[in-house]
Amino acid sequence: MEVLQLLVSGVSQGCVYGLIALGFVLIYKATEMVNFAQGEIMMLGAFVAFTFANLLGWPFWMAVIMTLLVMAAFGALTERLILRPMIGEPPFSVLMLTIGMGYVLRAGAGAIWGNEPRTLTTPYSGGIVDLGGVIIGYENIVIIVGTAVLCLVLFLFFRYSRVGIAMQATSQNQLAAYYMGIPVKRIYSLVWALSAGIAATAGILVAPVALVDPLMGFIGIKAFAAAIVGGFGSLPGAILGGIIIGVVEQFAALYLPPGFSETSAYVILLVMLLVRPEGLFATMLQKKV
Amino acid sequence: MSLLTLSNIETYYGPIMAIHGVSLSVEEGQIAILLGANGAGKTTVLKTISGAMDPQKGKVLFEGQEIQGKDPDEVARMGVAHVPEGREVFPFLTVKENLLMGAFSRRDGEVASDIDMVLDYFPVLKEKAAQQAAFLSGGQQQMLAIGRALMLRPRLMLLDEPSLGLSPRLVSEIAEIIKRLNEEQSVTMLLVEQNARMALDIGDYGFVLEVGRIVMEDTCDRLKDAEDIQEFYLGMKDEGVRGRRRWKQRKTWR
Ligand SMILES: Nc1ncnc2c1ncn2[C@@H]1O[C@H](COP(=O)(O)OP(=O)(O)OP(=O)(O)O)[C@@H](O)[C@H]1O
Ligand SMILES: [Mg+2]
Repeated sequence: MEVLQLLVSGVSQGCVYGLIALGFVLIYKATEMVNFAQGEIMMLGAFVAFTFANLLGWPFWMAVIMTLLVMAAFGALTERLILRPMIGEPPFSVLMLTIGMGYVLRAGAGAIWGNEPRTLTTPYSGGIVDLGGVIIGYENIVIIVGTAVLCLVLFLFFRYSRVGIAMQATSQNQLAAYYMGIPVKRIYSLVWALSAGIAATAGILVAPVALVDPLMGFIGIKAFAAAIVGGFGSLPGAILGGIIIGVVEQFAALYLPPGFSETSAYVILLVMLLVRPEGLFATMLQKKV
Repeated sequence: MSLLTLSNIETYYGPIMAIHGVSLSVEEGQIAILLGANGAGKTTVLKTISGAMDPQKGKVLFEGQEIQGKDPDEVARMGVAHVPEGREVFPFLTVKENLLMGAFSRRDGEVASDIDMVLDYFPVLKEKAAQQAAFLSGGQQQMLAIGRALMLRPRLMLLDEPSLGLSPRLVSEIAEIIKRLNEEQSVTMLLVEQNARMALDIGDYGFVLEVGRIVMEDTCDRLKDAEDIQEFYLGMKDEGVRGRRRWKQRKTWR
């Protein structure tokens, strides 16, 4: 019983890590840079949803849709205005820039919404299902189902849509994509929009259970570990890496001395790097040098 | 008016000048060829035309419009298809998806029939249509690269050493295809080759590039008889081992 309960909350927490990790991987694959502000974009998404749903009192579904649109636009604009001028700069500078962006977003969120934790109310908050003694909150079910649906949509998008295939083409060979007339820069913007939308989804899903505050984006570090565990380049790997870390954390919290839970993400990362440095799903993408 | 005109192009890799004032014109309907030894600057000339590199000086005119400094995707959409050195297919997309990407910017309803047309030119690709491009042989990848470029419905095709690493039989097959595309699809060709014999056989007009300068140009028939060409290009072994270096492209993240 207890095991099952831990499993469910571990998987649902892991889905959130996985979704943020997905954003890391998407941006990395397409543009070969790492956006360390991914967790903060999730935090911003949660605040925007909180603003629409709680402060403005919009119906929840409308708040969700508007949040996704606003955050996708935010992602695209960030790429266009902040990252694109950095093309050609050393990767290290770009990395520092995204870390700096994270700081700015945290400070900005604190200035706008304050530093005390908020709660996003949803139509499903507080509901539970009782599976013969195993109590599962609706929030957790929504996280898991929502993640599964999003993954399916992404799969179909990358597999069948023209733009999705063009994103793959761009990440496999940028110059060849240019030669084919694919507007590579616009594809970068779209990838950022998509990643921000996914991060915002994670923010909305986790907000009912995690409290919304400017520091909630710090779980981005664990999501980063999840992305590496998954092979940094594999989308299913990112989700799976997130779920592994989420589940191990839950079990570590119960069965290991205090402190282990919080560090377990990094322990998994370390073990992974020692045992199988290429990650669970060896990157399907051999980058050219 | 020529379809393509380069006037006094100078292109640099960082501080190193690779192209020292190249001027050339390609007439509509021609197969123009560009010969030169390893490191002469042939690839750099093509990259300067397609916009992958910007010239420091000089002009590139396509259909009378200046295109130097434009991004390569824009140049491609204007009708210039670059088939790069080393094929550069999308390895993890299927053959069919690779072809679709060639038609990315097209909005007409004829993409599907063009895919059939391309597969008719390259029957070997037909049976591999659902396979990932990474699993094709070198020759098949070259055909895919040409077919993918054809999907752009280009006015001008830039071909960078399509015969590289292919068996003599495949080289003549590729040469045949280039000639047919030129005639049947009225695609003007600018063909870069180290295989001078093949290029001179199918070409109409030729340029010879040496360390970044055009040192000779004439009709291919006359070039074939030129002493220098016979000595240096037709007598020469075709492929050297080459260390491939890449310069960081200013327009991409890599
Ligand atoms: N990435 C690079 N960085 C610096 N210099 C380069 C780079 N690529 C080419 N060069 C230099 O520019 C000159 C022209 O190179 P280019 O690749 O255009 O030659 P090429 O005629 O295509 O040769 P090949 O037949 O070997 O393909 C050479 O001297 C080469 O050393
Ligand atoms: Mg070359």
